[in-house]
Amino acid sequence: MGRYVARRLLQMIPVFLGTTLLIFLMVYTLPGDPVRGLFGDKGVDPATLARLRHEKGLDLPILQQYWNYMTGIVLHFDFGDQIASGRPVTDVLGDAFPVTLRLAGMAFVIEIVIGISLGTIAGLRAGRLTDNVVLVFTLLIISIPVFVLGFIIKAVFAFQLDWISPNVSSEARWSELLAPAIVLGSLSLAYVARLTRTTMAENLRSDYMRTAIAKGLPKRRIVGVHLMRNSLIPVITFLGTDLGALMGGAVVTEGLFNVKGIGGTIYESIQKREGTTLVGLVTVLVLVYLLMSLIVDLLYAVLDPRIRYA
Amino acid sequence: MRGAKSAKWVAGAAIIALAATACGGGNDDAEKGKGGDKGAVNADGIFSVEVGEPQNPLQPANTMESNGSIVTDSIFSQLVDYDPAGKLEMINAESVDTKDSKLWTVKLKKDWKFHDGTPVTAESYIKAWNWAANVKNNQTNASWFGDIKGFSDVHPDDAKAKPKSDAMSGLKKVDDYTFTIELNSPLPYFSYKLGYTVFSPLPESFYADPKAAGEKPVGNGAYKFVSWDHKKQIKVVRNDDYKGADKAMNGGVVFKNYTTLETAYEDLKSGNVDVLRQIGPKDLPVYRADLGDRAVDKAYSAIQTIAVAFYTDQWKKIDPKVLQGLSMGIDRDTITKTVLQGTREPATGWVAKGVLGFQKDAAGDVTKFDPAKAKKLIKDGGGVPGNKISIQFNADGGHKEWVEAVCNSIKQSTGVACVTDSKADFQADTNARDGKQVKSLYRSGWVLDYPVNANFISDLFRTGAAGNQGDFSNKGLDAEIKKADSAASLDDSVAAYQKIEKELVNYMPSIPLWYYKVNAGYSEKVQNVDYAQDGDPILTKIEVKK
Repeated sequence: MGRYVARRLLQMIPVFLGTTLLIFLMVYTLPGDPVRGLFGDKGVDPATLARLRHEKGLDLPILQQYWNYMTGIVLHFDFGDQIASGRPVTDVLGDAFPVTLRLAGMAFVIEIVIGISLGTIAGLRAGRLTDNVVLVFTLLIISIPVFVLGFIIKAVFAFQLDWISPNVSSEARWSELLAPAIVLGSLSLAYVARLTRTTMAENLRSDYMRTAIAKGLPKRRIVGVHLMRNSLIPVITFLGTDLGALMGGAVVTEGLFNVKGIGGTIYESIQKREGTTLVGLVTVLVLVYLLMSLIVDLLYAVLDPRIRYA
Repeated sequence: MRGAKSAKWVAGAAIIALAATACGGGNDDAEKGKGGDKGAVNADGIFSVEVGEPQNPLQPANTMESNGSIVTDSIFSQLVDYDPAGKLEMINAESVDTKDSKLWTVKLKKDWKFHDGTPVTAESYIKAWNWAANVKNNQTNASWFGDIKGFSDVHPDDAKAKPKSDAMSGLKKVDDYTFTIELNSPLPYFSYKLGYTVFSPLPESFYADPKAAGEKPVGNGAYKFVSWDHKKQIKVVRNDDYKGADKAMNGGVVFKNYTTLETAYEDLKSGNVDVLRQIGPKDLPVYRADLGDRAVDKAYSAIQTIAVAFYTDQWKKIDPKVLQGLSMGIDRDTITKTVLQGTREPATGWVAKGVLGFQKDAAGDVTKFDPAKAKKLIKDGGGVPGNKISIQFNADGGHKEWVEAVCNSIKQSTGVACVTDSKADFQADTNARDGKQVKSLYRSGWVLDYPVNANFISDLFRTGAAGNQGDFSNKGLDAEIKKADSAASLDDSVAAYQKIEKELVNYMPSIPLWYYKVNAGYSEKVQNVDYAQDGDPILTKIEVKK
């Protein structure tokens, strides 16, 4: 077990190098130049432009830039500075990550609790009315685009009923984050519900379930332990990758509710060609993905004793 | 133009603004902001304005886009300013005089202090300008000092060259409160340029750590800097010791950061933000109904044009008649009313409203829609080479709809094939323009730097001007511009430029489309909200109700 974890952790190194290099090259190949962008619509003064590029090391060959950047990260934990504002990238990330973590965390909890409950209810009553109601509901959520859902929630709860304020203020309190978290988690919630329902319905008909019922175990134990443990394996797989997606993919939701998090920062960095900020962000997100997939793999062994990691 | 900002990013109805400010201070008979019943005023009330995150540190010579400049303009005052009519007003200067438009004498008011208590002297200005002009300090607006004698010594054109000196020979201190500025060549409207943020003075504390000063600016303006919570808000409070005429009528301003115009508008409706600078396209149809007399709809000094890439084979030897024809094939009235929802006003010349020397119908018939005449002109001029044009624009700026409309208008009225050439974002758009890779025509916009018509002519169409990205060049026009620049007085110079504008029809350096308007609004908490020539709200005049 320990050796397995160590090996998985070592595997992260090439993945980390590969992803950062890819992102670096992608930003580099986009047309446009972050320093030129500082001058906006007006013409540029070539001397200042050249000096700025030189100071930021943007006139070096791309691989050398990448090398300098990576050695900075690995040796001094220095993610560099933003080109336009001159702020250290670590500050920018430090501002953006906490709020996105809370938003994604909330969405994650919502999707687990509601998604699994809906899936369980539907799975246990497969083919009956309840199952069909849940089916219609989840399909509806899957088919509505995120921004439409966001506008509907705002229109109903903020403007008609006046229960919530339409946007998240700069303090980003938990109560304010509830609406964007619901919007952000809704799509995954539907997927979790569908996955849970299907595996539950399948496993209900399996031999060990029949045995458990024949032995006269209480219903709670049959469903809660025997059925759940086996049925949750595909759901856990989905949830593991979804947390990363929630953090990096909240661009639309964060924009809708004026949340100053990772999504908006990614969008802005791409627009301004802030390669350093972007690679920093992606680096953290890649680590999140890798860690989550490791945790998921270890959870398999917990859920199903037949899976062993030597 | 709004930053691309902004800002303004996801919403994208953003044009990057590099606007000079005109806060028309202390002019009591200036037009009062309309709307709202006049309530009792809380003189210490604080209100909030929607902005995006400033792109650069808040150094006056390093701030070009609108999100940063609205903040630096509140913290720094310059020698002069202009009122909404474009008339020059003295702010930190007692007087700015010249006999020959080449040697300028500036006398300062004596009791001015920076926010840290140190006096504002001639030295504060000279040192600040020399610092900002010096190529070593990487200020993006350094080229603004190019008129001053000795600029090339501190800012050589060649990127590799070291500056020969660290002071411009044209700046001379006479005594503590007087200094002279010598220019390379006469410029009658130079005093107007002095109202731009880049000509701000800097306190002695700035030079110890310019980077830190950009995070916590110390200025001499109507507001004192309090805090900058990145991407959330910037706070400034009224400077009680302020000696300028444009003293703040409120207790301070909170610049609230919004990622999109739509969210800002929602917050305005629910009372979380007080003053907007722009309304997103989604809310334009409803904002007048929503806000009633708190809705703002006012022209400001900016113009949208279709510029011509004269370096392409297509336009190199073109007869201006063809461009006149294309211009007459555009139905500006219908497009501004429908596609642009009344947020623009059809242009009748190259100089925008609200600047000295603006004249109506300067372009004559060329901006009027007349398909028959358009066809004839294009035919007389020998036709469009290839009989096909393309218009380049940036897709993130909310331009797609109107560019398509212009294209369709040209197609229907003249039979010339027209396609849109969309670049993913502003960066890619400027990249193509700088690299001289524009295939045919491109969208271009210009917000005033200073309210004189020269800014819309000389800075755009002079051979080698920074804003002349289409490489338009005409010896005759260059000579006229030179003559207008060396006119004896400002009035003569403005008149000479008016004459030039009338003649631009014969060259067609670009196709004027429409003037920009401020479409904005404010909350019930504030009154007396007005907007200046650059489209920004005049912060000092806004009153907070009790």
